Amino acid sequence: MAGITLTDVVLVLNRTMILDRLSLAIPPNGITALVGPNGAGKSATLRVIDGLLVPARGSLTVPGTRRAFVFQKPALIRASASANVALGLAALGLSRTERRARTGAALARVGLAHRANDPATRFSGGEQQRLALARAWAARPDLLLLDEPTANLDPGATDLVEALVAEMAAEGTKVVLVSHNLAQVARLAADVIVLARGRAVEHGPTRTTLLSPRTPEARAYLDGELPWSSLAAAS
Amino acid sequence: MTETIHETFARLMTLDRDVLAIAWLSLRVSLTAVAIGLLLGIPLGAFLAVTRFRGRSALVGLLNAFMGLPPVIVGLVLYLVLSRSGPLGSLGLLFTPGAMVAAQAMLATPLVAALTRQVVADAEDHLGEQLRSLGLSAPRRAGVLVYDTRFSLVTTALAAFGRAISEIGAVLVVGGNIDGHTRTMTTAISLETQKGDLSLALALGIVLIALVVTVNAVAALLRGHAVRAYG
Amino acid sequence: MVVPRRGFLTLGLLALFGTVAPASMDRARAEPASIVVASTTSTEQSGLFKHILPAFEAKTGIAVKVVALGTGQALDAARRGDADVALVHDRPAEDAFVAQGFAKARFDVMYNDFVLVGPKTDPAGARGTDITAALKRIAAAKAPFVSRGDRSGTHSAELRSWKEAGIDLPAVKGEWYRDVGQGMGPALNTASALDAYILADRGTWLAFKNRGDLAILVEGDKRLFNPYGVMLVNPDKHPTVKAKEGQAFIDWLVSPEGQASIAAYRIGGEQLFFPSANVSPVTKAKP
Repeated sequence: MAGITLTDVVLVLNRTMILDRLSLAIPPNGITALVGPNGAGKSATLRVIDGLLVPARGSLTVPGTRRAFVFQKPALIRASASANVALGLAALGLSRTERRARTGAALARVGLAHRANDPATRFSGGEQQRLALARAWAARPDLLLLDEPTANLDPGATDLVEALVAEMAAEGTKVVLVSHNLAQVARLAADVIVLARGRAVEHGPTRTTLLSPRTPEARAYLDGELPWSSLAAAS
Repeated sequence: MTETIHETFARLMTLDRDVLAIAWLSLRVSLTAVAIGLLLGIPLGAFLAVTRFRGRSALVGLLNAFMGLPPVIVGLVLYLVLSRSGPLGSLGLLFTPGAMVAAQAMLATPLVAALTRQVVADAEDHLGEQLRSLGLSAPRRAGVLVYDTRFSLVTTALAAFGRAISEIGAVLVVGGNIDGHTRTMTTAISLETQKGDLSLALALGIVLIALVVTVNAVAALLRGHAVRAYG
Repeated sequence: MVVPRRGFLTLGLLALFGTVAPASMDRARAEPASIVVASTTSTEQSGLFKHILPAFEAKTGIAVKVVALGTGQALDAARRGDADVALVHDRPAEDAFVAQGFAKARFDVMYNDFVLVGPKTDPAGARGTDITAALKRIAAAKAPFVSRGDRSGTHSAELRSWKEAGIDLPAVKGEWYRDVGQGMGPALNTASALDAYILADRGTWLAFKNRGDLAILVEGDKRLFNPYGVMLVNPDKHPTVKAKEGQAFIDWLVSPEGQASIAAYRIGGEQLFFPSANVSPVTKAKP
């Protein structure tokens, strides 16, 4: 699969410029992280890639046929866990048997097979997010878009979600991850894109980019977010 | 006054089969009208909640206004339409329970549609993006959101039932208050009031209220049971 | 199972339709023969129909559905073809109905009479046997008077009586004259609450329960005679009219059996309606 490219993408919402001639080239494999301060346009970029938001100008190439999106707040309906997973398969035109098989496999994969018939809205935050991942994975996506998937979770639940994301990426699913948790970015991502004011200001391998940013915008953001980088500078 | 109340309870004890038949007719007519209202109103309301098109907000405004449609106007319009001299006169529906069902369905449908639209739009706020990302078409999104909000929609159905069973303006005009045929609780109460038999009218009123309370209680029980099972 | 109990509400709806809709829809169809009779509130509210109809229905198997309206409205409904038979009490309006071709003939059925009802204390001094004298005294005293005001037969009779008393109602009308625009029952309720005078048909008055301090003050004046006529709506005007069944009802009403049934209806020992049928129609349309 070729990579995702955005060229001079302009997105305006409610008369506010969200993406300002954003250009990106995301590599075809592994996990790519999008970081940057609030309002930089990270979530908007994910939505443009998924087609949920349509840019006013610019061009966009997203290869692959199947995308899946996991939001910060897992959007679950008042139904059983398995019904929520099956919802992800509703638009794929699969047979009933195939849907059941995939639903069962997806629940087993995230460790929720034993709770298949329980109401999803009564799950804990971590279980809900794993369920959302199961729903995403059941569709066998080429591209998995994650918008701060662990922002509301405790460390234990975060570990479980991270492990699942790493596995899926290892199996060949391209992952684009928006996260403010730079430790998580360091654990998962191969490369990092830093966004600021609707533009990509820096893009490089995770370690290099996080430890020695080249642009002042990236440095300003990372200084605020990474306590250890300032500690490292002081020592 | 105390004499009337005393008499009312005496009458309650001796209510006969006629009253049961009237109560049963009221219940059947209103439940059928509400069922039709739900069948038409829920899809309409859900559709308005998940789609955006020109004139949509005007339609929503109209629907909200129609929640307060005066029953007697609905009855009058339907009377003119169903009259033998009217456009649908050949159906022979005037002065039948069918005409009363139609009238109450006309009152229930906008109410159901407007309340459904609000409930589904609220659910759309936090689920809509995910559903669109899953590639679901507008009708499917509407369906999923209706399913998601089904417990709130029970309240909508009860509101519609309350409006249907308590109205008199429409059923009186299109039903004709025919004894044993189109006499409902409300038209019977009105008739007994007119005849000056206030204690009987009051006794019938108590039966009507009991009917409404019972239907609401049954719905609340079913809803509670479903919510416990499905959260 | 993907959604084990998805069908919860769907089932509920289906159950509604399964039981409710057919029940209410079938009822109209299941009755083999029925006619709609547009009649007056006085006949319905006095309880006359409840008394006489079972005999007719048992004999012929024809169900009679009575829609009780004011005479004017009842004739309007008949004119639109919404009723098969009209049984009303406003002779001039009935004659016009026949003259316009909406019915081919009018038959006398019965009569009762109007009574002037008022407070037992009779502040205007209306008590007596002369309706015009009574109305003159009420107008002079400006004593509260409740009028139907609904184009009913009773309303017509009231307006005729004012005219015969030589009173120009529009000129003298004031606070004291309450035009309620409702049926006999509600008008009596209003009169009872206001201790007002009112012209009522005897049948509704006898069946009326919320009398308060009201009593009959004037009765027996020949001018208060209140004849009822019955007409089959002309099937040439409205082909949907059930002429055979409608005529069967009229024939029964004017038959000795129907007339006896009307005469037998009593409240508290008092007869409400007096049979008056001639076998031949009283008014016939011009050919």
